[in-house]
Amino acid sequence: MPLLRFIAGRLVKGVIVLIAIATMNFFLIRAAPGDPASVLAGEAGAADEEFLRQLRQQFGLDQPITTQLWIYLTDIITLDLGFSYRQGRPVLDLILERLPATLLLTGAAFIFSLTLGIIFGILAARRAGKWSDSVITTGALFFYATPLFWIALMSQIIFALWLGWLPNTGFRTIGAGYTGLRYALDVGLHLILPATTLGLFFTALYTRMMRASMLEIAGSDFVKTARAKGVPEGRIVRRHIARNAILPVVTLAGLQAGQIVGGAVLTETVFGWPGIGRLMFEALSQRDYQVLLGVFFVSSAMVVLFNLITDVVYRVADPRIEVGR
Amino acid sequence: MIQKKTGRALASTALALLLSAGVVAMQPQDAKAEPQRGGTVQLAVTPEPPSLMLGLFQNGPTQMIAGDIYESLLRYDTDLTPQPSLAESWEISDDQLVYTFTLREGVLWHDGEPFTADDVVFSLDVFLREVHPRWRPTVNAQVASIEKTGDYEVTITLNEPFEPIMLSFEVGTTPIIPKHIYEGTDYRTNEMNSTPIGTGPMKFVEWDSGSYVHLERNEDYYLEGRPYIDEVYYRFIPDAASRAVAFETGTIDVLTGGSVEIFDVPRLEAQDNVCVTTAGWELFAPHSWLAVNVREGALADKTFRQAMMYAIDREFARDVVWSGFGTVANSPISSRTLFHSEDLHEYTYDPDRARELVAESSYDGETLEFLVMPYGETWTRWAEATRQNLEDVGINVNLVTTDVAGWSERLGTFNFQLTHNFLYQYGDPALGVSRSYVASNIVEGNPFANVMGYANEEVDALFAEAANAPSEDRPALYQRAQEILVDELPVLWMIEMDFPTVYRCDLQDFITTAIGVNDTFRDAWLQQ
Repeated sequence: MPLLRFIAGRLVKGVIVLIAIATMNFFLIRAAPGDPASVLAGEAGAADEEFLRQLRQQFGLDQPITTQLWIYLTDIITLDLGFSYRQGRPVLDLILERLPATLLLTGAAFIFSLTLGIIFGILAARRAGKWSDSVITTGALFFYATPLFWIALMSQIIFALWLGWLPNTGFRTIGAGYTGLRYALDVGLHLILPATTLGLFFTALYTRMMRASMLEIAGSDFVKTARAKGVPEGRIVRRHIARNAILPVVTLAGLQAGQIVGGAVLTETVFGWPGIGRLMFEALSQRDYQVLLGVFFVSSAMVVLFNLITDVVYRVADPRIEVGR
Repeated sequence: MIQKKTGRALASTALALLLSAGVVAMQPQDAKAEPQRGGTVQLAVTPEPPSLMLGLFQNGPTQMIAGDIYESLLRYDTDLTPQPSLAESWEISDDQLVYTFTLREGVLWHDGEPFTADDVVFSLDVFLREVHPRWRPTVNAQVASIEKTGDYEVTITLNEPFEPIMLSFEVGTTPIIPKHIYEGTDYRTNEMNSTPIGTGPMKFVEWDSGSYVHLERNEDYYLEGRPYIDEVYYRFIPDAASRAVAFETGTIDVLTGGSVEIFDVPRLEAQDNVCVTTAGWELFAPHSWLAVNVREGALADKTFRQAMMYAIDREFARDVVWSGFGTVANSPISSRTLFHSEDLHEYTYDPDRARELVAESSYDGETLEFLVMPYGETWTRWAEATRQNLEDVGINVNLVTTDVAGWSERLGTFNFQLTHNFLYQYGDPALGVSRSYVASNIVEGNPFANVMGYANEEVDALFAEAANAPSEDRPALYQRAQEILVDELPVLWMIEMDFPTVYRCDLQDFITTAIGVNDTFRDAWLQQ
């Protein structure tokens, strides 16, 4: 059972890596100036030493740092991510609460960009040098080069303010009390702008990658052979060129997939989307160590897990690829 | 002891009687329509607060939301005259030592329990004394006893006369907390902190983390017919530009003060059915300054600080950086509160005078570090304008950026040279002004203490004496303190700030008190 032994070995290594990451994160975060108590004091506009002392005591920040680390690590091993200092609620609850919104956003953006990117890439490659190719490549270059926050704000001004077609912020219409299909439609409308904004950059990337890859493969010998055999052009593009050209795109998609759980800080912030990226960003500026460490921990656990899955899938899919020991 | 009502208290009591008799006189000078019931209001608040438990947290957004859930003994009209709230009337003994509050009867907590004098004594004497950073010093230093003298009567006895105490009974300083929920528990970890129970016009319904807080009308509120509005949503939209767009598209009805970048206000104000007000901050009177670490180098030199004061064009900052909002500040005491003096030296913009003073001073060309206040784009622009003013007269300045945590940390450990800051004044110099200048408040760890390190024994003595002096002696003492401070410049006062609230004009009687941005929904109604 070499596969099982491989998986078991990788799991043990994974746990060690995770503990190492957690320890590093723990010290990294504390290297930043200030602590959650001083942020709360700064926001309150009033504080005395007693106020700060009470907060630090409540948060356990008055303990020696080694003690704090030990408590944190022993908690992590039992999968207890601790309490948010600021919100006084379990970190795991906060993360789980934000997870659906994040998955919806990143998932939609992922599907959107992958589908459109591949289609545009194929179209552009098929018409290389023609005007439609120029339109697609120029568009791709534009969205590749434009900062995300600018697109986000412009899309809000155009589609929410001028045209009034779409809502500009939030996850759903608050106070409307929609249920069932109406609710789904409402969320869908709120999703369009952030998902498109988030997806455009990767769409551009996939388009460029797909186009270049298609053109490269279109010149290879097996395509010429197929053409010489008299295979119809559409079939050549689908079966011979696109299928081979898609490999680098899939590699890139793996990168994007890695961000699915981590959320998208910028998009979630500009569109007021209640996802994990915002939770993490706000926790960072508020020095809510536990929340930040929790999000980091979950994200790194996902990366370790996905790497393992990828390796196993490789081995199952292609027996020529040996899994390393 | 003979108890006598002061004139001010008498007038308020008369008003209280009018109100309790059901004769609700709504702004007689304004012959508008009768208030209408119903409607939903959505407000943008930023940032998302840590908690709504107003006794434990006093963050701006906490006060804005929880100021309608909790109530205190008094409210204040915009010239800071006390008005009844949970206290129906009050009497002050003629030696100004004994304050007797008569509480409103028939008030219910949101969970249905009756409100009594026990709740008030518990809040003021036990809960807030332990946890509230502003009430604690007042109660520990000034108050001899807080006693229940009847089911609906509380008597507060002072050690010596302390006039400012009458301004301490606003909801942010002394929110009344339900004794039946908190007595004997660990206040900071009490589970009820996440579902606050108050006596106010609005009840807590739900907090959807990252999105909004939902409040609804308190059906059992003790004022007949009020509140008028059914539902209120406080929404958290992290990006300032998106908040402005959400207001323009109608998603949001109110951009609360501080939630809109000031340079967006004139553009929004020009639109139909949009009203802008700077009211509702009178008790806080946010006072901004350039904080100077006076411990060492040229910054320790009074002449150099005066040079900087002449070099900075505060009119320009007000008109351009702050889009015309605010008043140029000439004194440590805001002109919007009590005891402000007009009879003080004014530092008008004068770069030539500044250059002369720089030459006279001990400044020898070193680069000063300016820590940019991390409270939004406007502060960054202001820091840039200030640097240019200072460089015009030959003072080298380097801007350094940080985030809120870093800024608090550096001020609290005195690790800065120059930075902007603004503090609330709380109506009386003894509550909100002296804390920035007295030597006894040079303490580490608190960015709102005397972080400048300024110490002057005469100023300390004047502030101490003025706090407990009889009313008639206080103006002269504060005049002298202001004269010294304006000459020595422990900080460079910049602007008495306005944080405009942008709202739809359909909202009527929206901001009616000196803390109106916080206790909005008792009186507000929607024109339908």
